[in-house]
Amino acid sequence: MTLARVIGTVVSTIKHPKYRGLKLYVVQPVSPEGKPTDPSFLAVDRVQSGVGDIVLVLTEGNGARQLFRESVLCIRSVIVGVVDAVHVP
Amino acid sequence: MYLGKVIGTVVATRKYEGIEGLRLLVVQPLSHDRKPRGTAVVAVDIVNAGPGEVVFLVASREASQALENTFVPVDATVIGIVDAIDLEARP
Repeated sequence: MTLARVIGTVVSTIKHPKYRGLKLYVVQPVSPEGKPTDPSFLAVDRVQSGVGDIVLVLTEGNGARQLFRESVLCIRSVIVGVVDAVHVP
Repeated sequence: MYLGKVIGTVVATRKYEGIEGLRLLVVQPLSHDRKPRGTAVVAVDIVNAGPGEVVFLVASREASQALENTFVPVDATVIGIVDAIDLEARP
């Protein structure tokens, strides 16, 4: 899983039916200190996170299928946690 | 999943079985501020996107899971047309 910051929302009307009713966010991977690392990507929200939150993003399709309880699903990245704090001693 | 902009179409008459009849687009991946990022990819289209439109794609194994036949050689699929990207106000 990746630490990332939610930096925006994506609005889309015409989309794959499995995406209906889901929130789609732009997430920016960050270091434990909160600095941007890799390029941004899109993720579906499952934990009621919001723009500005540091979140935990699962970027793997099989895990995504398991948490949506689907055997066929075209979703790869899912926000699975809102991060309160990161400690790196 | 990532953002992209449709910059063209691909015509291929001879294709592997299972991907006949699929619409192929040339898509330039974009960053969240709509700047081009990396090299263009060829992606299957399921939403009837046209050149110039901003779209979002899914790659890897999940690309073919967006299609009717899920066991086909496809590694990128356009799965939505983007109406708007609302970014947080940067201080």
